[in-house]
Amino acid sequence: MDKFTTVSSVAAPLPLINIDTDMIIPKQFLKTIKRSGLGKNLFDEMRYNQSGDKIDDFVLNQEKYKNTNILVAGDNFGCGSSREHAPWALLDFGIKVIISTSFADIFFNNCFKNGILPIILSKKERDLLMDDAHKGSNSVLTINLENQEITRPDGSIIKFEVDKFKKKCLLDGLDDIELTMKKFEKIKSFENSYFQKFPWI
Amino acid sequence: MSEYKTLYDKIWENHLISEEDDGTSLLYVDRHLVHEVTSPQAFEGLRMSNRVVRSPEKTIAVPDHNVPTTLDREEGISNKESRIQVEALDKNAIDFGINYYPVNDIRQGIVHIIGPEQGWTLPGMTIVCGDSHTATHGAFGALAHGIGTSEVEHVLATQTLIQKKSKNMKVEVNGTLGLGVTAKDVTLSIIGETGTAGGTGHVIEYAGSVISNLSVEGRMTVCNMAIEGGARAGLIAPDQKTFDYLKGRPHAPKGTNWEMALNFWKILYSDKGSRFDKLVVIDGSKIAPVVTWGTSPEDVLPINDIIPNPNDFDNQKKQAVERSLDYMGLLPGQKLEEVKIDTVFIGSCTNGRIEDLREVAKIMEGKKVKEGIRAMIVPGSGLVREQAEEEGIAQKLKEAGFEWRLAGCSMCLAMNPDQLNPKERCAATSNRNFEGRQGRGGRTHLMSPAMAAAAAITGHLTDVRNLI
Repeated sequence: MDKFTTVSSVAAPLPLINIDTDMIIPKQFLKTIKRSGLGKNLFDEMRYNQSGDKIDDFVLNQEKYKNTNILVAGDNFGCGSSREHAPWALLDFGIKVIISTSFADIFFNNCFKNGILPIILSKKERDLLMDDAHKGSNSVLTINLENQEITRPDGSIIKFEVDKFKKKCLLDGLDDIELTMKKFEKIKSFENSYFQKFPWI
Repeated sequence: MSEYKTLYDKIWENHLISEEDDGTSLLYVDRHLVHEVTSPQAFEGLRMSNRVVRSPEKTIAVPDHNVPTTLDREEGISNKESRIQVEALDKNAIDFGINYYPVNDIRQGIVHIIGPEQGWTLPGMTIVCGDSHTATHGAFGALAHGIGTSEVEHVLATQTLIQKKSKNMKVEVNGTLGLGVTAKDVTLSIIGETGTAGGTGHVIEYAGSVISNLSVEGRMTVCNMAIEGGARAGLIAPDQKTFDYLKGRPHAPKGTNWEMALNFWKILYSDKGSRFDKLVVIDGSKIAPVVTWGTSPEDVLPINDIIPNPNDFDNQKKQAVERSLDYMGLLPGQKLEEVKIDTVFIGSCTNGRIEDLREVAKIMEGKKVKEGIRAMIVPGSGLVREQAEEEGIAQKLKEAGFEWRLAGCSMCLAMNPDQLNPKERCAATSNRNFEGRQGRGGRTHLMSPAMAAAAAITGHLTDVRNLI
């Protein structure tokens, strides 16, 4: 996983609530056995009409947002299916930060595993950033994970919380499996006493 | 921590290997269920780093999402991408030596149906799968939830999962259910009450007389949709019904192990006085047969109600409702019972078990699917299908006008050829009514198997109570 560095970009507004993972990446694109190349189908059914042409007014099709690294979204972003294809598609498109008031649990975890930072803010703060996002072109947000700060276009700062362990993994680009492998002795000794107690498992 | 523990606390503590200062924990995983869509990249990751599956005997794989459900599937899967995915699972299962139920095995079926059916799912366990409906297994008092593909790889390699403990939430459904009201109406009504984010960050324990009076299969329907309420997992304390269901299943413990297990399972409940961070109490006698009208599972109403007006919602939800009604082709004020349907889909990990099919057969007794309606039954497993055939249900349903399919996820998520066309309206027993879920432009109304059968008979959304 690449290390997470400071992100500066115009942010795309997606005010709709309950954006689900079926919307983020429809099922016909889950038939891949790879992780790459899903960005072109991100939000496929909102982005393209049935003949495959771009729908001009969809936010990510607009010139000012098409290279964005940040989404500002409505409540409960990423609900539904556990498909990691959703963060894969977002990342492949270039999204590195998603800001909302709440995220579905599985999606939230999946983001961190892929180097995407989901940020939870209060409704008031999110709405301020949504306004910034709507302004487009010169309205750049800067996300500094190290300091846990979002700098708005007017220079004001919004602080955010992030889990300590997840922050470290993002900043250092750490591989979870490698970290757990280092605890093999612990796992083994857990198994020894566990299976004595629960031999049927 | 309080001396009184919830069921979730107990299972968590039993599986805790280590915990960091910030609460980040390493949990042991008892069962890992695997299907073809969310696993290929995980197995590829193992290969690339020369890793093996740590506990292949605790890993169970089955193809379900992609498989066709028509009888010709034995001749092979014609869709190339689907075929590649299923073949990848065939190969991965052999290469890594995990338990496997291939497409042509009678025991093949939806991963969340066959886990319990084969006795892999047991009380007090931790169970994960790269699928959000893993919550289903909570019906046995197992901590079960969906994970992403990176986590699938992590569990394959280490048999553990990095987690932080969720909060405890209790949903108590008291009283008695009325005529024609089923587990599906209960679980949909709960989501209607709490919203799709109501359970976020929590593990829900379902309790109360309505829950304890449900069959084990009904409880699976309730827990299955915990994720639709935002909770990662749903739990129900095991009881005699649970033990009776499990006894004699192929992978359930036998002999002295059974006795030992039973003694342990009997202490799997939330202590009296244990603390829940959130409590929701619902009067079960007030639950009516319900249907969804929008594109979120929280968009649920009793069948006798009318389509709501977007102006009755707060600003954010208002926009979502306007979008939903436009997508669903519905108007505010329209009576739900007057909404005509084109298709009926009975199946999925929510409602693809034998009791669901019996329920449909009961409603269909002496009646036919209305002419012009496409009606499909997709049993949840090959064994459910076989049992329905032995009980004579299959024959009756076929005669009533249903297509009788082979097992798989099918039109619940439409990754196989079973899909809705744009604007095609479906009465579905599945779990998600998201835009495009059952096929691009398709319109889904979620409901119970009994309500779906009623809709099949009349051709429009129907109060099943008028037919019984």
